[in-house]
Amino acid sequence: MRMKIENGHVLDPGHIDGLRDIWILDGRIEAVTEPGTCMEKADEVLDAAGLFVTPGLIDMHVHLREPGQEYKETIESGCRAAVKGGFTAVCCMPNTRPVNDHAGITSWIVQQAEKAGLARVYPVAAITGGLGGQQLNEYADLKAAGAIALSDDGMPVVDGQTMRRAMEYAQAFDLFIISHCEDLSLVAGGVMNEGAVATRLGLGGIPNLSESLMVEREIGLAELTGSRVHIAHVSTRESVRAIRQAKARGVQVTAETAPHYFCLTEEAVGEYDTLAKMNPPLRSEADRKAIIEGLQDGTLDCIATDHAPHAPMEKEVPFDEAPNGIIGLETSLGLSLKLVHDGSISLGDLVRLMSKNPARILGMGNDLVPGAPADLTLMDIRASWTVVPASFASLSRNTPFGGWQLRGQAVGTIVGGRLVYKI
Amino acid sequence: MYFSRKDILDIASLSVEEMTHILDTAQGMKEISLRPVKKVPTLRGKTLILFFHEASTRTKTSFDIAGKRLSADVIALAKSGSSMAKGESLLDTVKTLEAMQPDVVVMRHGTSGAARFIAGHLKCGVINAGDGRHAHPTQALLDMMTIREKKGRIAGLKVAIIGDIAHSRVARSNMEGLVKMGAEVRVAGPPTMIPKGIESYGVKAFFSVDKALEGADVIIMLRMQKERMNNVLFSTEREYAREFGLSEKRVSMAHPDAVVLHPGPMNRGVEISDTVADGSRSAILDQVENGVALRMALFYLLSGGVRNADED
Ligand SMILES: [Zn+2]
Ligand SMILES: [Zn+2]
Repeated sequence: MRMKIENGHVLDPGHIDGLRDIWILDGRIEAVTEPGTCMEKADEVLDAAGLFVTPGLIDMHVHLREPGQEYKETIESGCRAAVKGGFTAVCCMPNTRPVNDHAGITSWIVQQAEKAGLARVYPVAAITGGLGGQQLNEYADLKAAGAIALSDDGMPVVDGQTMRRAMEYAQAFDLFIISHCEDLSLVAGGVMNEGAVATRLGLGGIPNLSESLMVEREIGLAELTGSRVHIAHVSTRESVRAIRQAKARGVQVTAETAPHYFCLTEEAVGEYDTLAKMNPPLRSEADRKAIIEGLQDGTLDCIATDHAPHAPMEKEVPFDEAPNGIIGLETSLGLSLKLVHDGSISLGDLVRLMSKNPARILGMGNDLVPGAPADLTLMDIRASWTVVPASFASLSRNTPFGGWQLRGQAVGTIVGGRLVYKI
Repeated sequence: MYFSRKDILDIASLSVEEMTHILDTAQGMKEISLRPVKKVPTLRGKTLILFFHEASTRTKTSFDIAGKRLSADVIALAKSGSSMAKGESLLDTVKTLEAMQPDVVVMRHGTSGAARFIAGHLKCGVINAGDGRHAHPTQALLDMMTIREKKGRIAGLKVAIIGDIAHSRVARSNMEGLVKMGAEVRVAGPPTMIPKGIESYGVKAFFSVDKALEGADVIIMLRMQKERMNNVLFSTEREYAREFGLSEKRVSMAHPDAVVLHPGPMNRGVEISDTVADGSRSAILDQVENGVALRMALFYLLSGGVRNADED
């Protein structure tokens, strides 16, 4: 089975940037040729005129909720949302019920994802049993079952010694830690960013320091142990600064942020809007700007969504009681393209942030070269569209971006040579 | 003035005209409580539900009496004994209340924003009787009524609010109301009790009570919640009383005619000394009396504000 994607603008930053035809044979890239180059006859031809064709987007931080909370999302519905958003692969966090802290659960997730046959799913297994922060899990087993990294996301590993041992132990199996950075003693029951808005609403505030202090600890531990660490969902200017300095002195640290941290501020909480409640919380304008600078200068390696589905009734409660998190798979590309349209970053930068860098961090290649798996995203970066949560493929609707007018979206998603989504 | 609000949720959303209208109406209501027969038929046939999800005796009693003096049917629900205690969600409870066709629901809840939340789901009027740290509009309005009574005005007065500003809904509503009415508002307390972004209220914050009291026309003392000691907000009651409590000596820093307010219940010997609480400057019992009139005024205004002829 041979497929040809013709007339598209192929963009693989630092490698290809121009009109090319892509030939796919049996799920792998056969060749990338100048337009009009004659090869064998294709069984299927996709016309990508006016579109950009890029290496498949990767979201390295999502919550698929299965097993355990299938009313919020399933592996299948989450993957459907992923491919609709242009993602060919996602990494799912282990805070499911039960927690993904055993090889059996990891391989079950892999099987469910294969059954769904949409995006690739790379499970992130738990650092400690039940996310309890105490007992290290069986990393060798988890790795063999398909775990790509380790994280207790949702909970920080409070004890420094436990995190140190986890980083050291993970090295033996070529795994790395993704850290959800939060000093709970400084969070002290807070539910939104500390500052004038929280004060006015009478809500408990979370200081920036609760994040950056833990970021500093993880950097220090990575330095101490010679390990590699990835910082999840960076939201503060102090964290950006700490990571920038650490990178400059050669610490093996990488980091992600999410679209809401560069599109929104604490003001979005308005009058107790629970759709603007997440952890870490939306911060100040100064933080939002620092996040964009971090994306521009490479301090922040990638954009991940922290896609966190919740049912409507769960968010329809007083602010204090609402669960944290918003969904992001179907809005991430459109929101990130805002940075391209306003000149903050180039389209090549966006492809690095949403595809090349996550692939590098996860230890996989995704260059558009012969022999590589044909994971591709076809995007129209100009088409204007409105965010309508009711039409999401995700089972959940919890987004603060409903009604937003965005420019640019995925119009086709190819995973392993198969067109798994087409607009 | 035509009063068209469905709810009283906070002070921030009220205009100066609306607040003045409420205070004027309350002043008129006050006389009813002084009659030998303290009851007018104004709200006959109306149903008021007092839904107190957080313990309170004085505020609940004040609303209860206010409703009864206007001849409304007043039903009080507490958390214990209601289905809330059995884990029912606030939304379900509120929908159940709605089905009983009340005209006004008065709610106190421990969560900031709870009043706004239920108001968004109820067709009837909602009065916020205190939600978390967020707002306590009836307290602020009765404080303003008391200040206006004692001082003849609010604009231009120097008002000092002393205590745990960070965790106080009374402080928030008073700051919003008094600043809007033209007072010069200062707040004071230990830095642990002054919240981030306090400047955005247009008030001046001090860590020294003495400085905040200099020349003050009105002193509003906040209740010290002793359980806060566990949150390391202060060291000991003894030290708190000495450094931040209102003593006779401290009152003398203020204007000679200054009045002292306290929302109650008081911790005598902690935030306020006996001599001040019971002294000539104290307007604390006036606050209680005005509280009933103010709440009568709000019930009246939210129920359409049409007075029966036989009332005047
Ligand atoms: Zn997290
Ligand atoms: Zn997460």
